[in-house]
Amino acid sequence: MHEVRFHGRGGQGAVTSAELLAQAAIADGKSAQAFPSFGPERRGAPVIAFARVADAIIRNRTAISEPNIVIVLDPSLLRLVKVNQGLKEGGLIVVNSSKSLEKVREEFGFKARLVVVDANHIAREEIGRVITNTTMLGAMLAAEPMVEQKTLEAALEKRFGRLAPKNISAFRRAQREAVISDAV
Amino acid sequence: MKYQNPKPKWSELETGTAILTPGSARATHTGEWRSSRPVWNDEHCVQCGVCVIFCPEGCIAFQADGYPKADLDYCKGCGICVQECPTTSIAMQDEEE
Amino acid sequence: MERRIGMEASIAMAEAVGLCDADVVSAYPITPQTHIVEHLSELVANGELDANFVPVESEHSAMSVCCGSSAAGARTYTATSSQGLALMHEILFIAPALRLPIVMAVANRSLSGPISIWNDHSDIMAERDIGWIQVFVENAQEAIDLTIWSFRIAEDKRVSLPTIVNFDGFILSHMIEPVLMPDREQVQDFLPPFEPLQRLDIDNPVSMGPVGIPDVYTEAKYVQHKLLTDAYGPIVETFGELEKHFGRKYRPVETYRADDADVLLLTMGALGETAMTAVDERRKRGQKVGLIKLRLFRPFPYKDLLNAIGDKPVLGVMDRAVSFGGPVGPVASEVKAALFSARKHPLVPEFIVGLGGRDTSIADFHSIFDDLFEAAERDTTPDPRFVGLRE
Repeated sequence: MHEVRFHGRGGQGAVTSAELLAQAAIADGKSAQAFPSFGPERRGAPVIAFARVADAIIRNRTAISEPNIVIVLDPSLLRLVKVNQGLKEGGLIVVNSSKSLEKVREEFGFKARLVVVDANHIAREEIGRVITNTTMLGAMLAAEPMVEQKTLEAALEKRFGRLAPKNISAFRRAQREAVISDAV
Repeated sequence: MKYQNPKPKWSELETGTAILTPGSARATHTGEWRSSRPVWNDEHCVQCGVCVIFCPEGCIAFQADGYPKADLDYCKGCGICVQECPTTSIAMQDEEE
Repeated sequence: MERRIGMEASIAMAEAVGLCDADVVSAYPITPQTHIVEHLSELVANGELDANFVPVESEHSAMSVCCGSSAAGARTYTATSSQGLALMHEILFIAPALRLPIVMAVANRSLSGPISIWNDHSDIMAERDIGWIQVFVENAQEAIDLTIWSFRIAEDKRVSLPTIVNFDGFILSHMIEPVLMPDREQVQDFLPPFEPLQRLDIDNPVSMGPVGIPDVYTEAKYVQHKLLTDAYGPIVETFGELEKHFGRKYRPVETYRADDADVLLLTMGALGETAMTAVDERRKRGQKVGLIKLRLFRPFPYKDLLNAIGDKPVLGVMDRAVSFGGPVGPVASEVKAALFSARKHPLVPEFIVGLGGRDTSIADFHSIFDDLFEAAERDTTPDPRFVGLRE
């Protein structure tokens, strides 16, 4: 079972990311959950959202405290939040940053498998707005293909309607441009 | 009319203890509660109908002769008609008299 | 045809109400119930559900509108939570007394104070004695199925009583998960059109809600008690109908790996799923734990519960609310009352779990199972335990 934690800011689409991932997994015939961190939502404040994806039926309604994947939608959160808190052995961190992978690893002391993508840049160019949720899903999928490419793109289409083509371009470009490295 | 049975068995109660007979309140003669009754002085009465409107029991109606009177089966003797009458044509009279 | 889709439990529940063709929805928004009524108001506004959505200024008014519309013969739905349910309190008693088959979802949440918007069962445990049928669900699928079923049982002429579907706030209401969403035709096959026992009708006038003098009140209350108790038969029967139409089985008391268990834990609501996972882990270690899941809370299924417990020596009871200064756990109190008449009864350790949104982990369930095994070994009942309490 994959347990994914998304770190974002209120309004950046962390909850949407979790939902899109779960929707794609469900369309693949898997079992999945997506849920916000429960409580009041404030635009701009650090927020987290969660997704579980598994082949077997999921019977668990606890919060995800030990994820195997962490996705950071906003580079400024790296300084505010200990994003790798509870990350499982062998886990994966996916970070939105304009810095090089080596620099991110060094600055934040990440030892785990790491993916770095300049999602702000990609989103600005492809979508025209710095909303990085779909871009970051692309970066994650490049390292951990837990759902089918076409089902996730179908989920994007359903969710974004006329804005879907731009989101799909950003999603695909992030898959190409993501820099992936093994644990150190 | 089961609602008139003062001590129904549980199985005799209507659904949700509803009352199925329209206007069943007529069976309760609230006039029995009265200790004094309104009496009209038709010489002063201008048939304005203020007493008809204000009667909380709705028991005052214009009679065939054009003057209002209370239905004493239901008049509780509250005296509101006396208070409201603009021509002071109504007075309360003790039932005992 | 059912469609397998991913959907938030609240939205799924609202969709189910839409499939049931509710005539009137009246509600006031409150976290974590909000998504249900938001979605219903969208369905109505988009013309997908031909219903009157009556926005009101409070839950007290919402339940009053529901009583009125149900009395007028409209299939009526509402949803609330926590303080909202508490504000409805006095009107909640009116609906069953007048035999009004309203269906209501309660997105279970704690009560203030301190102010808390998070999940537990404090709200509904405070409404134990309102005279409604009450069921608990564990997941979005059950929320769909039992919402549809609720209209059927509530409107069953032998019953004609309002029904509450309890579903846990946030941990279920805000969870997106796979569901099998039935289509309109399937639902219509299962759920006949609403024919009220009696209705407010100017051509056939009735007075609803008159005074019950001392010579009548006792009989009226006895009727209510008997109706709710006797609803058990139609409840089991309509669970059977539900299974015929939708293929999913529901029972007043359900069990999980309980038959050969050495110790049992009783759960109610969505945390039952987490408990199942903990049971599976325990079984892998060769330890025989099992679950009893109380699906039907009112009418309380005494016989089913006793049958499920059998002659097991220990039955832990998980409570998600506190009866202060009293029996501690309200569900445990009911369970013990049910067991009192049994010739031999198990030890009943009590656990207060997941108050005000405190996360309940699989490890928490393991600590509960540890206690149950210890109780069995020592043959003594430990004091009620607030799980995860910092001391």
